[in-house]
Amino acid sequence: MAKAVKKEPFIRLAKRDTMPTAKKVAVRLISILAALIVCGLLIFAITGLNPLEVYSTMISGAFGTKTRIWSTVKEMTMLACIAIGLAPAFKMRFWNIGAEGQVLIGGIVTAGCMIYLKALPPVALFAVMLVGSTLAGALWGLLPAVFKAKWNTNETLFTLMMNYVAIQLTSFFVAKWENPYGSNTVGIINQNSQEGWFPSVMGTRYFISVVLVLLLAVLMFVYLKYTKHGYEISVVGESENTARYAGISVGWVVIRTMLLSGALCGMAGFMAVAGASHTISTSTAGGRGFTAIIVAWLAKFDSATMLLISLLLAFLQSGAGEIASKCKLNSYASEMITGIILFFILGSEFFINFKLILRGKKEKEG
Amino acid sequence: MQGFISLFQAAVFFGTVIMFGCVGEIITEKAGNLNLGVPGIMYLGGISSLAAVFIYEGSTDKPSSAVCVILALAASFAGAALGGFIYAFLTITLRANQNVTGLALSIFGSGVANFFGGSLNTLAGRFEQISVPVTSAAFRQNIAPLASLGIPGQLFFSYGFMVYLAIILAIAVQFFLTRTAAGLNLRTVGENPQAADAAGINVTKNKYLAICIGAGICGFGGAYYVMDYIKGTWANDGSIEKLGWLAVALVIFATWKAKNAIWGAYLFGVLYWMYLYIPGLTRASQEIFKMLPYVVTIIVLVFTSLTNSREKQPPAALGQPYFREDR
Repeated sequence: MAKAVKKEPFIRLAKRDTMPTAKKVAVRLISILAALIVCGLLIFAITGLNPLEVYSTMISGAFGTKTRIWSTVKEMTMLACIAIGLAPAFKMRFWNIGAEGQVLIGGIVTAGCMIYLKALPPVALFAVMLVGSTLAGALWGLLPAVFKAKWNTNETLFTLMMNYVAIQLTSFFVAKWENPYGSNTVGIINQNSQEGWFPSVMGTRYFISVVLVLLLAVLMFVYLKYTKHGYEISVVGESENTARYAGISVGWVVIRTMLLSGALCGMAGFMAVAGASHTISTSTAGGRGFTAIIVAWLAKFDSATMLLISLLLAFLQSGAGEIASKCKLNSYASEMITGIILFFILGSEFFINFKLILRGKKEKEG
Repeated sequence: MQGFISLFQAAVFFGTVIMFGCVGEIITEKAGNLNLGVPGIMYLGGISSLAAVFIYEGSTDKPSSAVCVILALAASFAGAALGGFIYAFLTITLRANQNVTGLALSIFGSGVANFFGGSLNTLAGRFEQISVPVTSAAFRQNIAPLASLGIPGQLFFSYGFMVYLAIILAIAVQFFLTRTAAGLNLRTVGENPQAADAAGINVTKNKYLAICIGAGICGFGGAYYVMDYIKGTWANDGSIEKLGWLAVALVIFATWKAKNAIWGAYLFGVLYWMYLYIPGLTRASQEIFKMLPYVVTIIVLVFTSLTNSREKQPPAALGQPYFREDR
């Protein structure tokens, strides 16, 4: 009897209070490195490419030429924009899985404006597209928020379902606007006249999107960190009961924050359509709404970190695409690699939050 | 009448895929883990079964149907359970967030499956579309004498064995969860892990087992989709992902009861395919009709939260991490 009680487990866990920032960064870098090694070995096993060659191919695929750099940057800004939009919702612990749908709705409105309102002067057209797409995204976010605030309806599943409603709506409009008839794609909208396209600045059409997203990143940082709203969001996220006790109207904060979150995701749809693809299809969001959730979560809603993680994922995507085309494999390899890296970063959080204590070692006091 | 029969059959095919996913996810969620990796897990199950029988059928001149079926099922279960294990390890042992880990698993699973699904032939040095005719035929073999019994035969006996396996599994899981001691322990873990721990139930072990077995069952859905639904080939069109999310939705629709998953799955099938049987729809308005299963799920979700009935609530500790030292 006594024997079983006395025995200390081989490894015990204890929560860490804090970890020095440098050490945190080191843990994350090690996890990314470990993930890259695993991915390299995996690609070697499949293609027989030397792992070092794999990564040099990936780097040249992502940054080899000017076009490639911009295409990687474009991918990064899209991902970062959605992640920035999601950050306030997730900080509030509101599981907005619906970014995919909010992006698509913003995209539909933008495409609709480009098709029907192309006669407007450019400034007015851009204003209508911007306002319309953010309002549409906000509406898509508002619906689950109202039900959450009023009746505590599960928002994870509500927003998830809203994605598919948006996807079907997109299919509806694609069939409605198809061009040429029978192709079931919208094609490039305003191909010759380029109404509603972001103008070229500094030699690239993506420049405006990049500036917009950087601006949003700074604004979001300030909003979450230095405003009353941001403070209310973090209190609601930590504990709803505390927030209520402190006199914060939780329902209103939920609704307000989701309006903002949805609006920014809708704006990402605007940039995807008017700033990049100039068309709309069910793959306009292309799973980024889901990936961005992980970006926001891993970055702990810090703007700079979100940009960095987006860059890493965009690099992987372009790089893996290059490997795939070089080896005549398909480009889904990038999703596989992204998944592996995400697993490693997610796992590494454990070593930041907990420490392992081996049997026989005393926990340090302090 | 012919229209009704074909709608019924389409609904059964469709429903079977999501029934597997839903029953697997019910086991997982009853243990208190919301696994949003269902689409990824179904992908893993599908590609594992396809890869296993692709290699087997390619290696012999006369592949045996029985071996094909067993191999396909074992591989899909193993592949999917492995995906579940990654999720379980990250969320239980490393205490990562469940939703985020699930989404990462969905990305990973769809990447792995579409990568190998699209590249298996290239890797094997062949160029035609991948196909596993023997296994697919075995999966689609109906109950021959009964299937020719006129209308009842067409309605109830014209399917491959997986359709019946799904129903049997759903009933078995319902029985396990509500009528056995092990099922009660599992539910306790999902409702109140602290109490379960205090009562001497091994929370970690229960969660691991529930997640891995639940994932394995989801994997059958992927195998059924690949072998029967699309007849033993591969399509990189994201259908499994859609079906996987519908399976997650069906869990809510079924209010976490496996027996409800049976009729719920077929109902989703009817809702999904109904547009084909409504006259006068254009291609565009068909797309609006395909929203139905999702809209219905939202309505059910709202109603369950409005009524507040205790029978229809999710497991109380769903999505919450359990760390014994926390109080």
